[in-house]
Amino acid sequence: MKTSLAWLNEYLDEPLALDEVAVNQLAEQVARTSVEIDSYTTIARQQDGLVVAKVLSVNPHPDSDHMVITQIDAGESEPIQIVTGAPNVAVGQFVILAKVGAHIINHDSGELVTLSAVSLRGQMSYGMLVALQEIGFDNKIAPKDFESGIYVFGPDDGVQPGDDAIAALGMNEPVLDTDLTPNRSDMLSMIGTAYEFGAMRHVKVQELDFELVEYETTADSQVSIQIDDPSLAPKYALRVVNQVTVQDSPLWLQKKLWNAGMRPINNIVDITNYMMLMYGQPLHAFDLDKLSHKDIHVRRANENESLVTLDGQNRTLRAEKDIVIASGQDGLMLAGVMGGISSEVDTNTKNIVIEGAIFNPSLIRATARRHNLHSEASARFERGVNWDNTFTALDHAASLVDNLANGQVARGRVEASNQQREAIHISLTAKRVNQILGTSLDVTAIAGYFDQLAFTYQINGDQILVDVPARRPDISIEADLIEEVARLFGYDNLPLTLPYGPTTPGKLSLLQRQIRGTRRILESLGLNQAISYVLTTPNKAQLFAENSTDNVVTLDYPMSSDRTTARQNLLAGLLDDVVYNAAHAVHDIALYEQGRVFIAKQNDQQPAEIEHVAGVLTGNRFASTWQKGKQAQAVDFYDIKGVVESYLKQIGVNDVSYRATNRHLNMHPGQTADIYSGTQYLGFVGQIHPRLTKAQKLAPVFGFELNLFAVLQNVHSSVSYEPISRFPQMSRDMALLVDSQVTSAEIEHVIREFAGQHLVDVTLFDEYTGDNLPENKKSLAYTLTYQNNNETLVEAEVNADFEHVISKLQSQFNLTIR
Amino acid sequence: MSLIDDLKQLKQSAVSRINSQDADIEQLRVKLLGKKGELTALLKGMKDVAAENRKAVGEIGNDVRQTITELLTEKKAAEAEAALSKQLEAETIDVTMPGAQSPIGQPHVLQQIIDEIEQHFLGLGFQVIDDTVDSPEVETDEYNFERENLPKDHPARDMQDTFYITPEILLRTQTSPVQSRSLEKHDFSKGPLKMIAPGKVYRRDTDDATHSHQFHQVEGMVVGENITMADLKGTLLSVMQELFGEKHQIRMRPSYFPFTEPSVEVDVSWDEVTPDTKPEDIKWIEVLGAGMTHPNVLRMDGVDPEKYSGFAFGLGPDRLAMLKYGVDDIRQFYLNDVRFLSQFNRKGN
Repeated sequence: MKTSLAWLNEYLDEPLALDEVAVNQLAEQVARTSVEIDSYTTIARQQDGLVVAKVLSVNPHPDSDHMVITQIDAGESEPIQIVTGAPNVAVGQFVILAKVGAHIINHDSGELVTLSAVSLRGQMSYGMLVALQEIGFDNKIAPKDFESGIYVFGPDDGVQPGDDAIAALGMNEPVLDTDLTPNRSDMLSMIGTAYEFGAMRHVKVQELDFELVEYETTADSQVSIQIDDPSLAPKYALRVVNQVTVQDSPLWLQKKLWNAGMRPINNIVDITNYMMLMYGQPLHAFDLDKLSHKDIHVRRANENESLVTLDGQNRTLRAEKDIVIASGQDGLMLAGVMGGISSEVDTNTKNIVIEGAIFNPSLIRATARRHNLHSEASARFERGVNWDNTFTALDHAASLVDNLANGQVARGRVEASNQQREAIHISLTAKRVNQILGTSLDVTAIAGYFDQLAFTYQINGDQILVDVPARRPDISIEADLIEEVARLFGYDNLPLTLPYGPTTPGKLSLLQRQIRGTRRILESLGLNQAISYVLTTPNKAQLFAENSTDNVVTLDYPMSSDRTTARQNLLAGLLDDVVYNAAHAVHDIALYEQGRVFIAKQNDQQPAEIEHVAGVLTGNRFASTWQKGKQAQAVDFYDIKGVVESYLKQIGVNDVSYRATNRHLNMHPGQTADIYSGTQYLGFVGQIHPRLTKAQKLAPVFGFELNLFAVLQNVHSSVSYEPISRFPQMSRDMALLVDSQVTSAEIEHVIREFAGQHLVDVTLFDEYTGDNLPENKKSLAYTLTYQNNNETLVEAEVNADFEHVISKLQSQFNLTIR
Repeated sequence: MSLIDDLKQLKQSAVSRINSQDADIEQLRVKLLGKKGELTALLKGMKDVAAENRKAVGEIGNDVRQTITELLTEKKAAEAEAALSKQLEAETIDVTMPGAQSPIGQPHVLQQIIDEIEQHFLGLGFQVIDDTVDSPEVETDEYNFERENLPKDHPARDMQDTFYITPEILLRTQTSPVQSRSLEKHDFSKGPLKMIAPGKVYRRDTDDATHSHQFHQVEGMVVGENITMADLKGTLLSVMQELFGEKHQIRMRPSYFPFTEPSVEVDVSWDEVTPDTKPEDIKWIEVLGAGMTHPNVLRMDGVDPEKYSGFAFGLGPDRLAMLKYGVDDIRQFYLNDVRFLSQFNRKGN
C-alpha cells in the first residue's frame, strides 16, 4: 500500500522525519521489522521550478486561434507573459506555472527536461502553465483528463501567487509503497500502519476525533434493509445524507488520495475512499434517488442475474455464490467488490446512502477471483477488516459529507446486522517465548513489546495475558504473539546456534545411493545430465511409453497446449532437447535424464510415480580429432548399447539379455532391443524411428529408456571376490560363416553351453559381410579363452573342448568354419 | 723391436682407430680383441719373452687390453646415445596440437546445487527424503495445502497458482507436503526429525525469463524438543556460507507463510562481509523463506506442539543457480542446450 509519511504523521505523537536519509533508514527498519518495501518515492521526483500563479489577463494570440497570451502573477514584482493552448484558462484562476529553468517530467517521454523561454508564433512565453500529467502525475491518479486542460486550484485551497506548487500539491511527500503479506490486513489502513510504525519507533498513536451532527429527518424513514443470511454480512448498516452538493474535493483530500495512488473523483466518492484508506474499512455510496425501491436487500445472486459494474463491464453473476446488494429486485452492486453504474453518485446527486459493512471474506475472495475483479475493497474484505471500526468509519464518512458536501445527515444508522467480534485473549510465558526463539527475555521485556504495539495485557507471575485488538485479525494464537515479540526484538539480534540433542545419522538409503550412482556412471560414460519439462503434449507423453494403454495424468486447466500432460517417458523430452541443440548447430549430443514418469490411476487417486533413466546419442561420439585413424565416427546402435551395457554392469545387474524387437512404434524396427534381466523387463535401447528424426532433419538418434525401479530390483549389490589365477590362459579363435539371420547371442549361447568347464570368456572380435561371401551369409569371428584355476591347462584338453564346440555349432547351425 | 714396443704401438694405433670418425666399433672389437685379433696375435709372442720379464710384459698387455676395452665400451655407449638422440629427434611432435580427450558428462547445474545442499545437510545429520512415496510430485490438495495450514479459501492460496488434475489431486506447488508426510511417520523416541526434501514443483505460470511453470525446491525441517529460531538462523547461515562462501552473511526479515509462525524471508549478502563493511553498503539478495513450524501443522500431523517445536525452510536451487552463476533466464535450465550444460564442469570443489 502506498503510504504517505506526511499523512501518517497526523496520527503519530512524534512525527517521522521526512528527509531522504531518515526515510531511507525508516524503509530499512520497516523491511527488517515489518513488511517488504516495494519502493519509496515522491510524485515530484527531481522536478523543481513550479509555483502557484494567478491569471491576470487572457488575450487572443494574433497568429493562432488555439493559443492565447496571458499575463501571470507569480508573486514576483512584474507579471510574466505566458502563451498557452490550454482550453480552460481564465482570468482569476490560480494555476501552476513551470518557470523558465524549471525541471519537469515530459508527459510523453517520461524524461526530465529543462524549460526555457520560447517564442510561440512570434510571441514570447516565459514558462508554461501545466496540467498535473505534465508534472509527473500518472493518468490513473490525476483528477482530470489531460485533454481538459491545465490544473486550476479551488477557491478554498488557500494558495497564494508565488507559493511552491510542489509543496501545495503534496508532491514532495515521501511515499513508502509497502508490499503486504496476506496476513497484514491491518496495514491496508493508515491507522493500522501508524500502530505498526509507532511500535517500531516507540511512538504512541492518536486516532482522529470527529463530530457528527444529525438532522431531524430519520434515515429509517428513507431506507430499510433486509439480509437473507447473516453469514453474508456480519455487520451491515446504512446512513442517509440529504441535500448534498457533489463537487471536487478540497486540495487536502485530493493530495491524500493521489499520494495513495487513487484518483480523486468527487467529494462523495473521495470521502468513502479516504475512510477506506484511513480505517481500512471499505464504504460505498449510492445515489438514493436512483434506487427503484428503498428496501435494500443483501442476498446471494439469482440465476441469470447480471449487472453493470462501475468499470462499465456487464457482469453475469454466479447464482448463489456472489453477494449482491439489491434494491427491490434490481441488483445494485457486487457486494464488497465493486459498485454498480445504475446507482452511481454523479454531479446531479442530491441524496445519498452510505453503506458500512463487513462481508464474508471467503465469498468475497471467490467473487473477486471468478470475476477477475480485484478491487481495493475486495482486497480488504478478503483479508479481514477491523470489526470495531466499521460503524465508526461510516459515521465519520457521514460527518465529512456534512462538512465537505454541505449534506444533512439523517438521524440514525439503519443497522441490519451487528455481530460482535469474539474477544481474543492469549496467554504467554517468557519460558515459552525463549523456548521457541532461543532468546533469554524476561516477562518485563516481553511486556514492553506489547506496550510498543499498544496491546493491553495483564501480568500474572510468569504469565502475560494479552488482549488482541480488533485491528489485528492476524493474531489468534500464541505463536502469533511470539512472532510479534521476535520482530520487535529484531531477527538481527537472535543468537546463532545449531540444533543440539540426540545425534542423528545423515545417511542416504541404498536406493538413494543407487540413483546417485546411476547418474555418476552415465556421466563417466560421457553423457551430460539433462532436466526437461515433465509437462508435455499428450502425444509426447506417450511417445516411448512402456505401455501406451496406460492412462495419462492430464491437467484440468492447463496454461498452454504444449504443457497439458505429465510424461510417461523421458526419451521424448530428450528428443526435444536434441531438436533444440541441432537447431542451434550443436550436432554431437550425449544426454541422459533421470526422473519420474506418471501413470494415472482412478480419479482422485494419486498416480503411480516411477523413476526412469533415459539417454540419447547422436552425431559423433567423440569430438572429432585431427589424428588419422582416430577420427570421430558417427554413433551407431552399438555405441548406445555399450552405454547401457556398461551402466548395467557398473550398477550390478547380472544376466542381462537383449532381444530384437519391432514392437516400439517410434523406434527403428530393425535396430531396437528389449532389455531383460532374467525374465524381468528393464527397458529398451535402439535407434529412434527415422520417421521422427527425419521430420526434424536430424542425423540418426540412438536412445535408451530404463525403468529404474526394475533395474535396481535386479542389482546384486554384493561383490564376490575371486583370487586371480596363477596359471596361464589359452585362447582359440574361430571364424564362422553363418546365415545372416543367425544372431550372435544364439551362437554365443551354444558356445557357452558346450565349451567345457575351462571356458572363461567368449569375445566377438570380427563381423564381416560383403563381396567375398555368398549372399545371405555373414562371417563372425570369436576368441574363446580357457583357464584352469587349479593347474596349468593341458593343450590337448583345450583342443578337444574346442573341437567339441565347433562340432556342436556345426550341428546346430547351417555354418561353415572358415 | 720388442714386444713391449709392439704393444705400445698397438695401443696407440687402436686409440686413434677407435676415435676416428668412421670407426665401426663392433668390427674394431673383433679386429683388436677377438680370438684372431691383433692383440691376441701379439700376445702369442709372450712365449718368447724371458721368464723374468713376463710379468711386466703381461701387465703392459693387460693395460692395452683394458684401455682398448674401456674405450670401445665408452665409444659404443656414445654411439648408442647418438642413435637414440637421432631417433628422439625424428620422433619430435608438435605438443601444442590438441590431445585426444575422453568425454566426461556433468551433472546438470541444478543437480550440482542440490548435491551441494544435500552434502551439507548430510554432514549435519539430516535425512534426504526424495522418494516417490514420501515426496510425490503429484500431491493431494490435503497434503499440499490443507495440512500446510492453507484451507480451501485461504487468501495465501493466491500466492501459488496451481495445476489441478482433479479437485483433490494436483501438481505440488511446493515441497512442503513432504514435511507432513515425514512428520506423521517420524518416531520421536529416536530423536528429532531432521530432513531435507529436494524435488520438482509446479506453478501455473507463464514461462518467461524469471518465471517457470516447473522449478525445484529443497525443503528442510527440524522438529524436536527445544528446537529454536536461533537454531534456524544458525542452520541457514551455515548452508548459505557453504553455497556462497564463508564470508557471506544472512539477514532475516518478517514474512508470511501459512505453515510457519513466525515466518521470515532470508537474504544473503551479495558480497563478502568483513568487519570493515558498513551495514548500509551490504547488498542483500532474497534467497529463501523459512520459519518456525506452525502449531496447526504439527497438530495436524499428530505432533504435540506443546512438547515439540521445529523450523522449516525452502531453498530454491533455480534461483540459487541464477544468482551464483549470473544466469539471467530461468528457461535455460530446461532447454538442455549442450553449450549451456557443459560449462558447469568443475568437479571436486
